[in-house]
Amino acid sequence: MTNHAQPLPDAHWVLRPKTIAVTGSVLGLVAFWSAIPPFTARSPLVPIMIGVLAIAAGLWAVSRGARRVGWGAIASGVIGLGLGLLATRSSSANLQVVFRADLVAQVFVFATPLTFGALGGMVSERSGVVNVGLEGMMLMGAFWGVYGADKGGSWVVGILVALAAGALFALLHAYWSVHLRANQIVSGMAINFLALGVTGYFFEQLYGNKNIPAGVSTVPNVAIPGIDHVADLGPAIGDLNLLIWVGIIFVPLSYFILFKTPIGLRVRACGEHPRAADTVGINVYAVRYAAVVVSGMLAALGGAFLSIGFGGGSFTENMTEGRGFIALAAMIFGNWRPFGAWGAALLFGFSTALAFRLPVYSSSAATLFQVLPYVLTLIAVAGVIGRSVPPAADGQPYVKQ
Amino acid sequence: MSQIEPTANVPPEQEPSTDFVVRLGAAQRAGGLIVPVLTAVLAFLAGGIVVAATGHNPWTAYKGIWEGAGFNWLFHIPWDTNTIHLSAFNLSQTLLTATTLILVGIAVAFPFRCGLFNIGGQGQYLVGLIVANWVGVSFASWPTLPHVLLGIGAATVAGAVWAGIAGFLKATTGAHEVISTIMLNWIAIWGGQYLFGQGGPLQNTYNPAAPESGTIAQSARIPVFWGNPVLQGLDYGFFVAIVALVLFWFILNRTTLGYEVRAVGFNPDAAAYGGINVRRKYIQAMAISGAFAGLAGALDMLGYLFQFGVLDVQASQIGFLGIAVALLGRNTAIGTGIAAFLFGGLLYGTTRGLNPNVFDPSLAGNLTSMIQGLIVLFVGADILILYVWNARRKLRPGRRGEAVVT
Repeated sequence: MTNHAQPLPDAHWVLRPKTIAVTGSVLGLVAFWSAIPPFTARSPLVPIMIGVLAIAAGLWAVSRGARRVGWGAIASGVIGLGLGLLATRSSSANLQVVFRADLVAQVFVFATPLTFGALGGMVSERSGVVNVGLEGMMLMGAFWGVYGADKGGSWVVGILVALAAGALFALLHAYWSVHLRANQIVSGMAINFLALGVTGYFFEQLYGNKNIPAGVSTVPNVAIPGIDHVADLGPAIGDLNLLIWVGIIFVPLSYFILFKTPIGLRVRACGEHPRAADTVGINVYAVRYAAVVVSGMLAALGGAFLSIGFGGGSFTENMTEGRGFIALAAMIFGNWRPFGAWGAALLFGFSTALAFRLPVYSSSAATLFQVLPYVLTLIAVAGVIGRSVPPAADGQPYVKQ
Repeated sequence: MSQIEPTANVPPEQEPSTDFVVRLGAAQRAGGLIVPVLTAVLAFLAGGIVVAATGHNPWTAYKGIWEGAGFNWLFHIPWDTNTIHLSAFNLSQTLLTATTLILVGIAVAFPFRCGLFNIGGQGQYLVGLIVANWVGVSFASWPTLPHVLLGIGAATVAGAVWAGIAGFLKATTGAHEVISTIMLNWIAIWGGQYLFGQGGPLQNTYNPAAPESGTIAQSARIPVFWGNPVLQGLDYGFFVAIVALVLFWFILNRTTLGYEVRAVGFNPDAAAYGGINVRRKYIQAMAISGAFAGLAGALDMLGYLFQFGVLDVQASQIGFLGIAVALLGRNTAIGTGIAAFLFGGLLYGTTRGLNPNVFDPSLAGNLTSMIQGLIVLFVGADILILYVWNARRKLRPGRRGEAVVT
């Protein structure tokens, strides 16, 4: 028996370092929350006190061995304190403009393509195939989704066509990665270039200089009876797009499938140790094919959300504008886990949504929030706050023996 | 397989046959020129099929691109360099594009020989461009030569530092260079939008409504040697790119650093065993690569762009094209150079050089992206290309060459 593994073996779960650290992370958010509507604390003392409490909780947790969550709590405390202070110093009128209840809805709008993309990337990488082609698969979903909805007359057709387009490019990536054992990053980048060319070419060819005609069938919003007219709650979640809810449902669903079912175990086995998986009779090639195709379909859903979901039936060349790469970042920042990836997608969505509203203060602050996802991900892969660790065989082609 | 393979007990991540860089070397020895040429031909064929399938004539489309790139000038003997002639002007513009592509191609090719994949060429290019713009707008009282040299030098260093971040993170924390360079790309893109945007530190002083940089001083402009400077002629930066190509060959093949870089690229473990500081090589290879990309940004800014806007930052893709250039050129100096001319022609010949009456440039521009994607895709599938080539070889039993290791 070694006792350094559990420093406080008898502590109640409430007092364990990890619990304290998580509480600290939440307190950091509260420090910021306290200074914005609807609470709008005007005294700088409020965010300072709560933020310091969060940092203290984090420090304590780090000293007791919960390093990853502990540093998270410290970071959350510092950021919450800083933003809270900034908020108390700005005018209430500006705060009301930035932090209306529909900010929540907007966060979901920006987070949804990232959620789909990040979940897709996670499925693929958990099976051992790196997918930097998410951007291209998303773009395929965006264009062919709106094309299907336009020609098929229904958004259901659009979604199906988008899924097929994403699956087609994913199949290409899978064939290259699994059978030809090509470098998966080369293949993924090729998918991105190819998708940019194919969608742009066919957009020009099929629609010429005209835009997608108005009145294309789009994915409907879901008005939740009872809360869609309640103040604050209604604008926040009362009338969200169907695809947003689908994305939210996919998070626990993918967690359950990946971590609680035999199928998920097989997928993860192929990503961690394909030789061992092969030895126990798992068809590594089949699993990787399936995972990459599912990944492409998820990314395509994210793209379809841009064109026929929130986008209201439109398309522009290079519509995804790097969202596939932010999704990749969200997946890495979320440590290749569904809830982590979703949390990262929400965080990045929040920072983008803020960036769209912050020009009331200054446009440079807005840019700062646009760049935040990339900086955070850079920090995460560098391992300053707990290293993000990919699956062991991620990016390794497998050769049967 | 009746005999026991020596790699049977090696964990999958150390199997030599699966390592792309090693296989690329094997393919190079086996296929030589054939594989890249076959790759390009296949990509253009596939692009032509798409053009034909959508109801256009691929022959006239490619002929239009060929003339748009000005390559037909080479067959107009005696050669007349006066850029009043459209073909001469187009060729000068193609060479201008190739200047950039040579450098961003080297920026991908050099670290590739060290086993590193630099996707961050676009970001390093933008950082160089931004710094060159800053130097070009400031120091307006300087004479031309020092001003240009300062701009080039500062941008080169900036590019090296930007890529060096990824190399440093790889060396110290093991952060994968692909992820970090992708992130650094987007940080550079947003950084450029902030700096040139409204209220940004590098926004022009004469039109506050326009989110554009200032125009660089006359003294910071690289002189033009072919064409009319007012109509965007070819500047001396072209020769700088050619020298960079020679330098790339020299560093890689004639210096200790190059030898060590290639050794790490072939097998980092063996290189470390042989006494090479692998981590330092990672940082050096990335920094040198970034220097080339930063130089590309400087030559573009001081050579013909002179100013840059937020929309230009968003639309710029040329750094990404370096990936296709390097891969098609098999990461060698001569190959990168040839591929850069090919893509330079393709890029200019499908956009501004293309006669809109022959083939719609908005279609052709996307055709470039498609061919770019197909080339990268086929280079990635060197096994497939070699298989096709070997199958053809086997049909002729008299000329059996050496067995190809794949």
